[in-house]
Amino acid sequence: MAEMTYLEAIRQGLAEEMARDERVYAIGEDIGAYGGAFKVTEGLLERFGAERVIGTPISETAIIGAAIGSAYLGMRPVAELQFIDFVACCFNILTNFAAKSRYRWGAGVPMVVRGPCGGGVSGGPFHSANPEAHFLHTPGLKIVEPSTAYDAKGLIKAAIRDDDPVLFLEHKFLYRRVKDEVPDADYVVPIGQAVVRRPGDDVTVVTFGAMTYTALEAAEQLAQRDVEVEVIDLRTLSPLDHETVLQSVAKTNKVVVLHEAQRTGGIGAEIAAAITERGFEHLDAPPVRLASLDTPVPYNPGLEAAFRPGVEQIVAAVGQLVEY
Amino acid sequence: MSTDVVMPQMGESIAEGTVVRWLRKVGDEIDRDEPLFEISTDKVDAEIPSPAAGILTAIKVHEGETVPINSVVAVIGGADDVATAAPPAEAAPVIPAPTPPAAPPAAPAPPAPNSLAAADPSATAAVERVRSSPLVRRLAREHGVDLSQVTGSGSGGRVTKQDILTHIDRRPAAASSAAGPPPPSVAPAAPIGPPPVVSAEGTAPTFDAGQSSVAVPMTVMRRRIAEHMVASRRTSAHVHSIFEVDFSRVQQLRKAHGARYEQAGTKLTLMPFIAKAVIDALRAMPIVNASVDGDRVVYKRDINLGVAVALESGLIVPVVKQADEKNLLGLSRAIADLAGRARARQLVPADVQDGTFTITNPGGFGAVFGLPIINQPQVAILGVGSLEKRPVVVNDAIAIRSIAYLTLGFDHRLIDGVVADQFMGHVKRGLEQFEESIV
Repeated sequence: MAEMTYLEAIRQGLAEEMARDERVYAIGEDIGAYGGAFKVTEGLLERFGAERVIGTPISETAIIGAAIGSAYLGMRPVAELQFIDFVACCFNILTNFAAKSRYRWGAGVPMVVRGPCGGGVSGGPFHSANPEAHFLHTPGLKIVEPSTAYDAKGLIKAAIRDDDPVLFLEHKFLYRRVKDEVPDADYVVPIGQAVVRRPGDDVTVVTFGAMTYTALEAAEQLAQRDVEVEVIDLRTLSPLDHETVLQSVAKTNKVVVLHEAQRTGGIGAEIAAAITERGFEHLDAPPVRLASLDTPVPYNPGLEAAFRPGVEQIVAAVGQLVEY
Repeated sequence: MSTDVVMPQMGESIAEGTVVRWLRKVGDEIDRDEPLFEISTDKVDAEIPSPAAGILTAIKVHEGETVPINSVVAVIGGADDVATAAPPAEAAPVIPAPTPPAAPPAAPAPPAPNSLAAADPSATAAVERVRSSPLVRRLAREHGVDLSQVTGSGSGGRVTKQDILTHIDRRPAAASSAAGPPPPSVAPAAPIGPPPVVSAEGTAPTFDAGQSSVAVPMTVMRRRIAEHMVASRRTSAHVHSIFEVDFSRVQQLRKAHGARYEQAGTKLTLMPFIAKAVIDALRAMPIVNASVDGDRVVYKRDINLGVAVALESGLIVPVVKQADEKNLLGLSRAIADLAGRARARQLVPADVQDGTFTITNPGGFGAVFGLPIINQPQVAILGVGSLEKRPVVVNDAIAIRSIAYLTLGFDHRLIDGVVADQFMGHVKRGLEQFEESIV
């Protein structure tokens, strides 16, 4: 057991899987000698050699295409996109090809596509995306986004061992800011399971990624006003763990769905709809969505702070639900 | 033109009915006579057909609500109404439209005009005005809470989860139904509030550990039966007279002619024979086919014969109208038809109205004889005991005969013992010497 950062946990998980299974290899821009733009793959080249830590030209489509091809031939690629924003370049090959491959001819694509997502670091409109909603709509793709170092290691290992494509979203704000106890042992965090980060009886906040911490901070403030917020960290975004959410809503009867991506057509809409459909008679108030504004992510730090949902908005929304 | 759909009168003694289920929803196109809703009254559970063709433009009484008869429960609009009714306002209606917008009272309204018609919609409007949430409405349903009785503390006076939970907690302990351990033996159980239309009859109750009793709301039918039986006991001076009747001849006739009836599509049971004998006796003694109205005797021209039918949970008495005008085949068919539709819950209001005399058949379940309670406002009821072969003395010899005990429950206010026994003598003779030509 050692305390390590979210980033180190991902690296450790990846290295453990590469050591455990020689079919596992890493591919992406600058991931070799440079160790990747955020240094997630630092040291892997020295340890596993250039055949298993492959640097590529600047073409996201080529990276994913090569990964899929090798997966067909029995490899288990872990492809890095330098910023997850550029996964948009691979939309066709991911949604039309990788995701449907098993369905069409029984050939699974055991590939992980990982990359940094999210804002809060003045990354601007091309380096801050949270693209889960684009892929949530695609059957055949799994999507995970850990919020702790423990989950980051457990989920990257689960994703690598999964026989189908997994989109692994790493929140860049958390890379070096989050540190927690991570076992040296070989463990996985199962895909598809949410977790209750803080129990409470009054209002449920469903969230994931960096927003988990924003929600926990808001919950702390609200507790001083005797409002007990239950914070659920989804961890996996597809398939969604509706049961955990519905159990909580059955208890609190009021729910805020919080995410960092833009509001319209976001994953919050899907979660709120599912709660309404399956938990209608548990609701004592309409589900509330809190998300970013429907604009590109601003570069200016002040604007970005106003663009994303923060502690203040959560406290206000929960307060309104309590009064409802 | 729009047509009001009213809560039908399901019998002369009936004042109200409960809407159990809407079979169609607002906006649906509906044909005349197509099933529109299901109701439950003290006499009958029935599907009510639409009185007109058109679009169902409004439902004014929700499922589970009980309203007086003739209350408007829904409105069927013609094709024209939809256009005017659906969009609330195209634009500000500056100039009054040439056609009258709000439909004038359509057909001659049934006897309950303004008072009921006015009281009812306002009552439902009050219910709708209670602001709540899906959770609160579910809790209200589960605990039989009338939301208009709960003070809302939420925004805009909304009834919140906390409000209703507090309300439920404060109610008399016995009212909180099955859930939880029983209250530490409080006084007699308080009556359960307006119950949801849910039946637990017939199903075995489940007891939680440590629970010694479970309170379950009665079905509408059960409540009505309870009210009626007690009311009848209170109203009539019940006396019972029991006769032994030899059915051997009837049995012979059934054997001889049964096949012919079966060809005609009906089974020749005992009941049409008894009905026929009763009809003849009623013809001969009109005082038994009557009712009491204050200090007057009301004689009935028609003989409308009620035949009690046991249901899974309850009892219903459909009526063979003008039974005296039917031959044995007609009676046989009519009784089979009514019993079948009663069990299928497809009786229409007219089927249970206007009975003048009732036959009930406890013998079907093995009783040697029963002492039936009169079906108000009638003055007599015939109970038929089980038919069994018994040794009897015939011409000083012991013979085996098919015997059943017939019981007349009669109202001594109107019928004296002599009259009752003459009536029963008539029935007995009719059965024991049944004329073959009638069969």
